[in-house]
Amino acid sequence: MAYLAPRRARVIRERLIELVLFLAASVSVFTTVAIVYILVKESVVFFQQVPLADFLTDRQWTPLFDDAHFGILVLLSGTLTSSAVALAVAIPLGTIIAIYLSEFAPFHLREAVKPVLEMLGGVPTIVYGYFALLFLTPLLQGLIPGLPGFNLLSAGLVMGIMIIPYVSSISEDAMRAVPMSLREGSYAMGATRFQTATRVVVPAAFSGIASAYILGISRAVGETMILAVAGGMQPNLTFNPLEPAATITAYIVQVALGDLPHGSIGYQTIFAAGLTLMLFTLACNLAGHFLRKRFREAY
Amino acid sequence: MAALPSATQHQVVAASPATKAEARGLSFYYGDFQALKGISMPVHERQVTALIGPSGCGKSTFLRCFNRMHDLYPGNRYEGQIVLQPDNTDLLARSIDPIDVRMRIGMVFQKPNPFPKTVFENVAYGLRVRGERSRRVIEEKAEQALQDAALWDEVKDRLHQPAYNLSGGQQQRLCIARALATDPELLLFDEPTSALDPIATASIEELMHDLKKRVTILIVTHNMQQAARVSDFTAYMYLGELVEFGVTDELFIKPQKKQTEDYLTGRFG
Amino acid sequence: MRRKHQDVVFALVGIVALMVAVLTFLTLFVNMAVDGLPRLDWQFFTNFPSRRAAQAGILSAWVGSTLVMVVTAFFAVPLGVASGVYLEEYARKNWVTDLIEINITNLAGVPSIVYGLLALGLFVYQFGLGQSILSAGLTLALLILPVVIVATREAIRSIPQAIREGSYALGATRWQTVRYHILPYSSAGILTGIIIGMARAIGETAPIITIGALTFIAFLPPAPLKAEPPFLSFDWVMSPFTVMPIQMFNWTSRPEAAFQDNAAAAGFVLVIMTLAMNAFAIWLRYRLRRNIKW
Repeated sequence: MAYLAPRRARVIRERLIELVLFLAASVSVFTTVAIVYILVKESVVFFQQVPLADFLTDRQWTPLFDDAHFGILVLLSGTLTSSAVALAVAIPLGTIIAIYLSEFAPFHLREAVKPVLEMLGGVPTIVYGYFALLFLTPLLQGLIPGLPGFNLLSAGLVMGIMIIPYVSSISEDAMRAVPMSLREGSYAMGATRFQTATRVVVPAAFSGIASAYILGISRAVGETMILAVAGGMQPNLTFNPLEPAATITAYIVQVALGDLPHGSIGYQTIFAAGLTLMLFTLACNLAGHFLRKRFREAY
Repeated sequence: MAALPSATQHQVVAASPATKAEARGLSFYYGDFQALKGISMPVHERQVTALIGPSGCGKSTFLRCFNRMHDLYPGNRYEGQIVLQPDNTDLLARSIDPIDVRMRIGMVFQKPNPFPKTVFENVAYGLRVRGERSRRVIEEKAEQALQDAALWDEVKDRLHQPAYNLSGGQQQRLCIARALATDPELLLFDEPTSALDPIATASIEELMHDLKKRVTILIVTHNMQQAARVSDFTAYMYLGELVEFGVTDELFIKPQKKQTEDYLTGRFG
Repeated sequence: MRRKHQDVVFALVGIVALMVAVLTFLTLFVNMAVDGLPRLDWQFFTNFPSRRAAQAGILSAWVGSTLVMVVTAFFAVPLGVASGVYLEEYARKNWVTDLIEINITNLAGVPSIVYGLLALGLFVYQFGLGQSILSAGLTLALLILPVVIVATREAIRSIPQAIREGSYALGATRWQTVRYHILPYSSAGILTGIIIGMARAIGETAPIITIGALTFIAFLPPAPLKAEPPFLSFDWVMSPFTVMPIQMFNWTSRPEAAFQDNAAAAGFVLVIMTLAMNAFAIWLRYRLRRNIKW
């Protein structure tokens, strides 16, 4: 046994390795802390100069004018409108596709289609933005006379298509996790595939499907490039998708493209806007997380 | 230990082999559930000791205490001792590193679990883990281990091919060779043939007969006939307790306790 | 009668929905190809951007993308794999582990522009790294970290417990088991995750814009290899730069049709790159599932 490594060295080495691995794993915690720190730090300075009430209720967003207004509602309206359009596309289509793939489609079709859907989600968003601005908008202008070159409809539709894979793949996973025995019970009573899918499987998979929807919402709200390119970057308080408007995300891009001195109020607005965005997506993520946990406990 | 009638006592005293390991008041808890209840039992040196009993009686749990396998999973607790000779160490003591225990005690599992590596790398692994670097030493010990496991002739031309290409019985013998390569003092077998066909089973049983000349063996088996075939001593367990322990031939022919007799005669399984 | 029709009708609806998604993708791809392919020639890849559309090229963009990817991988791979290994093989079930896991899930859902804000405030200003390749690489590394971690964990989880027990039973330490078994057997799955993460990073625009990557760069970062000792230079790490998606964004924003064709060409290259990487990763995953004989 002369070749046995000394025991103490071994124990120390193992502990050290575990420590290094632990530190690597805690980077995620540090990242979150860092994000919160940066957003809050700059926002605090911002809110020292702009009262929260104004921020939430002002109907204008003109941070760089002499008579500056900081109403986040303006940007929120752009975000909400474009997201609504996107979800109006993504949720119905994503759910239908999920039900079809999970309950109807033959095995080979499903295996062929799934990679295509994955690739749909892998296209860089700037490419989608280009597509919305230079292909879809001219097309829509033919259908809707007077449609401006920048508009939320075109951006929202393309964003919706982009989000379909997120909604459909999580919903489909949730539906496939429903045990066969439930379906068999339904079929045994003479129900059609459609009835089984909608009356048995979808309700059973509901929390999983809801978490898919929430992920879709979170994704729509956080999307940047499609809206920066095709929606225009002009803040505009509107809920009409036929108009151009800036979202929270597009505004941040616009500022970043410009030349704002570090420490100016203009610079801080993007952090205040970012904080608003972060809080919203955080709420979505937590809701989705709890729904997924509840779903897993059910099975 | 249960009291034996005087005739057998003389026999045992006369042939009394040294004890390699001894469980003293061993209890084991999976969380709140007590799986082993105060077991005291010797494991005699260079003998085959078999653990038999119905499903769930705790025989595998007992076996896995010997190489502290339970330490890998949270929520487990040992009470009592398992004392290893010749150094009289309680291997369950908190001050003892399970890794040191596993370097002296080897294990063969129920389902053969060769690593997805070559035959040679499988056998060499235990040596590498102990820091052996000399290629020559590793090759020598590997060949010796494969010889001892009666596998050498079948694999000597395939040493550097994947172990998964071997048959079930060969894989199990490979796992035995892997455990033997590190010169263990005690070898634990956890139902080693239950996943094998009768021919492979027979070859392993024959192997055990040769192996015990150099290493102590403790084997769990759900097959009573196997226990009768291969072991020198047998322990019958039921619901976490040691019901009876004795020389195999005597226990099978004339069990002391009714419970043992009921099990052996198949009144329950 | 009506009930039996339900299934047929819905199957049709499902296929139509699928077609909408697939056709949109195809239209996008063909559109890029038709407008962009004519522009793709050797000059396009070796020219710098220019005010004259016909002479503009993506040299600084694809070089910048490559260098940023190198930095991204340099940070994301060790951090991600180490995190995955820790969580699967070392972590106990306590609140610290829960905290880490919640954070990873949460970070996966944070919009990419928020990572850009983090980078701007922290890397560019607080740490003083400036608007450099290093800042961009660090940011993207954090962005794709959850992807790498999840892929690592799933690959490790598919290793049967019997293999671990076999290793420990021979007296191996935890690290020896990880080093000789866990990592080698999960490496292919981990690689798949890394490729998918990198494919995502290549296409990211928002965080890089936020850092302040300039959109008109007509120079290359300093070369990493030098003629004199010590032969290796890291000046490029701190250099200003641009990347493919930003170059495309710049051209898309110009009204002239010629620049839009350039944008289409750049977009086509981008799409091909990301599709190729994703397809490769998917194929790798498929090959793996066939080879493993657990």
